[in-house]
Amino acid sequence: MYDAPHTTERDVTQTEIKIAAKNVQVYYGDTHAIKDVDVQIEDKTVTAFIGPSGCGKSTFLRTLNRMNDTIDICRVEGDIRIDGEDIYDKRVDPVQLRAKVGMVFQKPNPFPKSIYDNVAYGPRIHGLAKNKTDLDEIVERALKRGAIWNEVKDRLHAPGTGLSGGQQQRLCIARAVATEPEVLLMDEPCSALDPIATSQVEELIDELRKDYSVVIVTHSMQQAARVSQKTAFFHLGNLVEYGETGKIFTNPEDPRTESYITGRIG
Amino acid sequence: MPAYWLFLIVLAIAAVGFVLGRMRALQSAKGDSRALHSLKGYYGWNVALKVLIPALLVLVVWQLAYPLYTNATVAGLIPEASVNDGSSADLVLAEVRRTANGLEAAVASGQIADTQARDTLADPVAMTDSLRSAGQIVTSELTTPILNAAQHYRAMGETGALIRTVVVLLVAFGGLFWGLSDSYKDFRARNTVEQTVKYLLIAAASIAILTTLGIVLSLIGNTIRFFNLYPASEFFGSLTWQPSFGGGSELGIWPLLWGTLYISFVALLVAVPIGLFAAVYLSEYASPKLRAFAKPALEVLAGIPTIVYGLFALLTIGPLLISVFGPDGAGWMTGTRSVMTAGIAMGIMLIPFVSSLSDDIINAVPQAMRDGSYGLGATKSETVKQVVLPAALPGIVGAVLLAASRAIGETMIVVLGAGAAARLSLNPLEAMTTVTTRIVSQLTGDADFASPEALVAFALGMTLFVLTLGLNVFALYIVRTYREQYD
Ligand SMILES: Nc1ncnc2c1ncn2[C@@H]1O[C@H](COP(=O)(O)OP(=O)(O)O)[C@@H](O)[C@H]1O
Ligand SMILES: [Mg+2]
Repeated sequence: MYDAPHTTERDVTQTEIKIAAKNVQVYYGDTHAIKDVDVQIEDKTVTAFIGPSGCGKSTFLRTLNRMNDTIDICRVEGDIRIDGEDIYDKRVDPVQLRAKVGMVFQKPNPFPKSIYDNVAYGPRIHGLAKNKTDLDEIVERALKRGAIWNEVKDRLHAPGTGLSGGQQQRLCIARAVATEPEVLLMDEPCSALDPIATSQVEELIDELRKDYSVVIVTHSMQQAARVSQKTAFFHLGNLVEYGETGKIFTNPEDPRTESYITGRIG
Repeated sequence: MPAYWLFLIVLAIAAVGFVLGRMRALQSAKGDSRALHSLKGYYGWNVALKVLIPALLVLVVWQLAYPLYTNATVAGLIPEASVNDGSSADLVLAEVRRTANGLEAAVASGQIADTQARDTLADPVAMTDSLRSAGQIVTSELTTPILNAAQHYRAMGETGALIRTVVVLLVAFGGLFWGLSDSYKDFRARNTVEQTVKYLLIAAASIAILTTLGIVLSLIGNTIRFFNLYPASEFFGSLTWQPSFGGGSELGIWPLLWGTLYISFVALLVAVPIGLFAAVYLSEYASPKLRAFAKPALEVLAGIPTIVYGLFALLTIGPLLISVFGPDGAGWMTGTRSVMTAGIAMGIMLIPFVSSLSDDIINAVPQAMRDGSYGLGATKSETVKQVVLPAALPGIVGAVLLAASRAIGETMIVVLGAGAAARLSLNPLEAMTTVTTRIVSQLTGDADFASPEALVAFALGMTLFVLTLGLNVFALYIVRTYREQYD
């Protein structure tokens, strides 16, 4: 116990690579949306994607759990490995992959079901619970991880759509962690939330880092600076700069990064 | 002057007014159209509308009201004595009108002299003959009172037409001068015209609504007349439907209502699963190309006249059922007409209705909901079953209720497919009859319109109206609350 600060530090420094992307290209029909992106995302780290609107942050994020497969005109090339396994390999079932790589969306999107059923949705589909008590436990654990358990424990069977925006987003995070993913992708998870709900979600993200590799797209540079350890700056489909968050914000190498964080492009 | 001539003249005055109004406005601006408040056409329309609307309104009101007035006056002229037993004042009045029209036509074709036609002392027998030989229909021998009434009727028609012409033309010219005196460059012609057009639109909308109200009122009137002749407790309480035009009918609604609901139920059993599955396929699975082709193709089905479905029921579905369940097959079915025959045809008719509404509703489920499900590792079919359909459920229920209300009101298919036997039976292979078919059969044929056997049609119609109105209101309420959920 006496060396607790020491261990935390080791968590950050002694990281292993969770996701390795090499030479990734994404096309929407004829539009070349992602160009030659190479990036290595570490485990138990929060990685922020920043960049002006339309630069391809969401597109790249969605290649990591093959959500782009649901868009007909979208085509992905290159090599993306999670734990060394090529996720675009023919043998990989994208549906299974998405259980392992959870996703939280920009606008909170709870299903029109009860809070309990929202969280139990993933575990039920993937048969994670042996019985009802097991499922109850999974739901409770997920809601606690989502930092929303105390607010909803007395109304688990009320509809999820009846919660406030911030609560809905934390419910969606709880829903995503209920399937026990290894990576959590978040696409501007706070852009529809007020400042108080935002800081609650940010705290939660910091918590989640202990167990997951978190990738977050954000428009707010303050948010990137607050929650992330690594930052990637995208511009016009290119990954311009990638490194320690502190370094990107204080001492960027590329002039485009500097212009963006000082507010000259974006 | 006949009414259509008058109408054309008013139109002509309006056209002249249009040109004059535009000219006057332009003159007041010294020929510079930029100095006008509105575009110059608006000054013309201002005058034209001021001519047309009041004059045509007066014309229409006159056409509706004056016949009522002449009828009432002439009816007063007919002595009680000339209304025979077994006849009625209405019939005599009809005879008067026929005679008057006969006189008019005979004079117009020159076969009877005008003075002779006006002669109040003319011999009715001779007049009957000369009318007959002039080719005019006269049902019975004329009597002096009827002839005189007819002559009075004719005279009133003539003076009426004269007064009408004068009044309408006066109003039209009044409108013309009113409009022209407005045609000055600072007059806000555009605003006035647009206001007027708005009122015209309101009038059109009110006519549509008032007509509906009128239909309901006429139904209510006749329904009340029916219940004065036949006890409501019998109508709503009796389980037999046995009209006999000689009297002593039993007019219980239940066998008919049962047939209606049973056939509608079979129809929904066919239409709801097929329609819903088609909608799920079209909205969730079909490629955009296929969808662009298949959706309109399915909706074309909705444009087929229901009588065609009726023929299909009678000629195809019935014989098909007979070959399976008939004497040669299972032996449960005797005739081609049955609940199943009509129900299946009606179900086919309702498929596009259900599928098109459900398709819209499924498409209204936000994409974010599907993404959320895919993001958790759900497959397409899990997403459809567990997220999309539950989210769309209230709307789909609404769509089904709307389909049910169409099924209940459907007539032609059941007339041809369901049969005429009123019975309360559970066997779907037996012929049964519905409320709508009975309305048709009670009112066609030569039943006396004042008998309960004919009037019952209105009570049946009213019941149907209340039933479907209730269903529609309920369904629209559900659909609307559902739509608001995602706005
Ligand atoms: N579904 C799509 N179909 C076609 N083009 C798309 C689609 N989604 C995104 N794009 C295009 O890809 C580019 C990157 O978009 P996106 O990844 O959403 O940017 P960001 O999230 O950084 O704002 C944009 O030019 C956008 O127009
Ligand atoms: Mg985006």
